[in-house]
Amino acid sequence: MNAQAYNFAYLDEQTKRMIRRAILKGLAIPGYQVPFASREMPMPYGWGTGGVQVTAACLVPEDKLKVIDQGADDTTNAVSIRKFFEKTAGVEVTEATGEASLIQTRHRIPEQDLSKDQILVYQVPIPEPLRFLEPRETETRKMHELEEYGLMHVKLYEDISRHGEISTSYAYPVKVEGRYIMDPSPIPKFDNPKLSDSSAIQLFGAGREQRIYALPPYTDVQSLDFEDYPFEVSKAPHDCDLCGAKDTYLDEVITDDAGSRMYVCSDTDFCSTRRQNGHVGRLGTPVSSEVA
Amino acid sequence: MTAAVAQIQTNSIEDAPLLKVQNLAKFYGSRVGCQNVSFDLFPGEVLGIVGESGSGKSTLLAALAGHHQPDRGTIHYRDQDILALQESERRRLSRTEWAFVHQNPRDGLRLGVSAGGNVGERLMSVGSRHYGNIRTQALDWLERVEISPDRIDDRPSSFSGGMQQRLQIARNLVTSPKLVFMDEPTGGLDVSVQARLLDLLRGLVRTLGLSVIIVTHDLAVVRLLADRLMVMKSGEVVEQGLTDQVLDDPQHGYTQLLVSSVLQV
Ligand SMILES: Nc1ncnc2c1ncn2[C@@H]1O[C@H](COP(=O)(O)OP(=O)(O)O)[C@@H](O)[C@H]1O
Ligand SMILES: [Mg+2]
Ligand SMILES: [Zn+2]
Repeated sequence: MNAQAYNFAYLDEQTKRMIRRAILKGLAIPGYQVPFASREMPMPYGWGTGGVQVTAACLVPEDKLKVIDQGADDTTNAVSIRKFFEKTAGVEVTEATGEASLIQTRHRIPEQDLSKDQILVYQVPIPEPLRFLEPRETETRKMHELEEYGLMHVKLYEDISRHGEISTSYAYPVKVEGRYIMDPSPIPKFDNPKLSDSSAIQLFGAGREQRIYALPPYTDVQSLDFEDYPFEVSKAPHDCDLCGAKDTYLDEVITDDAGSRMYVCSDTDFCSTRRQNGHVGRLGTPVSSEVA
Repeated sequence: MTAAVAQIQTNSIEDAPLLKVQNLAKFYGSRVGCQNVSFDLFPGEVLGIVGESGSGKSTLLAALAGHHQPDRGTIHYRDQDILALQESERRRLSRTEWAFVHQNPRDGLRLGVSAGGNVGERLMSVGSRHYGNIRTQALDWLERVEISPDRIDDRPSSFSGGMQQRLQIARNLVTSPKLVFMDEPTGGLDVSVQARLLDLLRGLVRTLGLSVIIVTHDLAVVRLLADRLMVMKSGEVVEQGLTDQVLDDPQHGYTQLLVSSVLQV
């Protein structure tokens, strides 16, 4: 296959304009789900075709692209999407969060604060947060229009009545600028505070459901809760075993047949950067700080 | 005692009407759903709408409750022109001052949500954000409709028909509505279950001072619950008056037929 066979970033210009219009509308109405005519992409839906189309519509030749899946740059999904854009757009790619101008992600927000020159694109499987209790699309649309959001708290009520606490731990619903209720995609609720007041532009694309929504920089995003069951960021009672970080989202890794385990930052770039800078965790080994 | 009740009713009837309906009509194409319907409902009053199947009772009730737009006529609720309200205002009214009890509890409940969540939904929809308070009120309401508190976390899909109907009533009454619409609330239940539900409804209506419009084809239901009756036939009201008067001394031939057929049962 040859890059010349495609338009820049695979999609034709007319499609990209249509998607950009949806993105602009989404930015103008933070948290509102904008319908768009999702295109067939040369990959399955589960691979984040919504995010891929948003990325394709945003990319310019000067961009530097980073793609992460569960915080890692080297999973099959992340590698395939990165290769796809290397091939179809010829853009530079990077694993360094700080260097990327556009980051496409599934399931995580990078630990490092993003800057005003960056765009974060989320892959979204189910954009409608009310879907769980109200399957009728006409009714959920009406609920958004009229700000009838009692049902969202019914879901949290059910959580507490069943588990003694709000057990929703990912795709935790948020209210945007006091208006729209939004599904932040299946990021852990640990990441929810990073949605709010971010310097970066945050775009959400759902391919199968044909929806785009957005958070412009410095948007207020609040996680829903009850007065007597306030939203809490749960944090495993561990530090990263490799870099010693105390305040990152950790993956549990089984290290041998005897069931030994270690906890490591899910954001691999963040972890390795810390180690490069001399931080060492419980099971880590010092990395030479000499730069080759 | 009877005199005292009559006195209270006379007083309340002197108040302004809660609901004022004038010349209401709803058509399905060229077919009449209901037409020429006018009446006043006073605070604390229970109005029964009776008539055989197809006489327009549900059509009228749905138009009153805002489930569909009538083709003619006006509805005023406490001097507000209901048909001129914004949809958001009308839906808000339906969640706060109004309530609607469906014949089939499946239409009025969320079967995938626990009993407590079903009762709590209306509270949350008007802004309650304290789990403990919501739960306390849900428990209180389950008790009032004679559902054991230990069923609070069970889904209504595991409830009997009578329990589902009582849960639907609790879910509707938790926000203290003033006006309750009921469409055949005892229909589809066994006779003994019906009797218990009627008894419960009667108690709630009295203690809460609810204004109710209740649609039924069962004259025994209105005899027990309704202060006043409207008899419908082919979409129109053929007779209205105090329940005892209409049932004991029906004027219209159709009402006489209805009453005599109930006597045959
Ligand atoms: N959705 C509908 N479409 C067309 N005709 C209807 C519809 N609903 C009711 N009707 C007709 O309107 C009349 C009144 O029906 P309805 O209000 O359901 O009566 P009731 O509740 O007294 O049994 C009947 O002739 C019925 O067939
Ligand atoms: Mg009916
Ligand atoms: Zn680490």
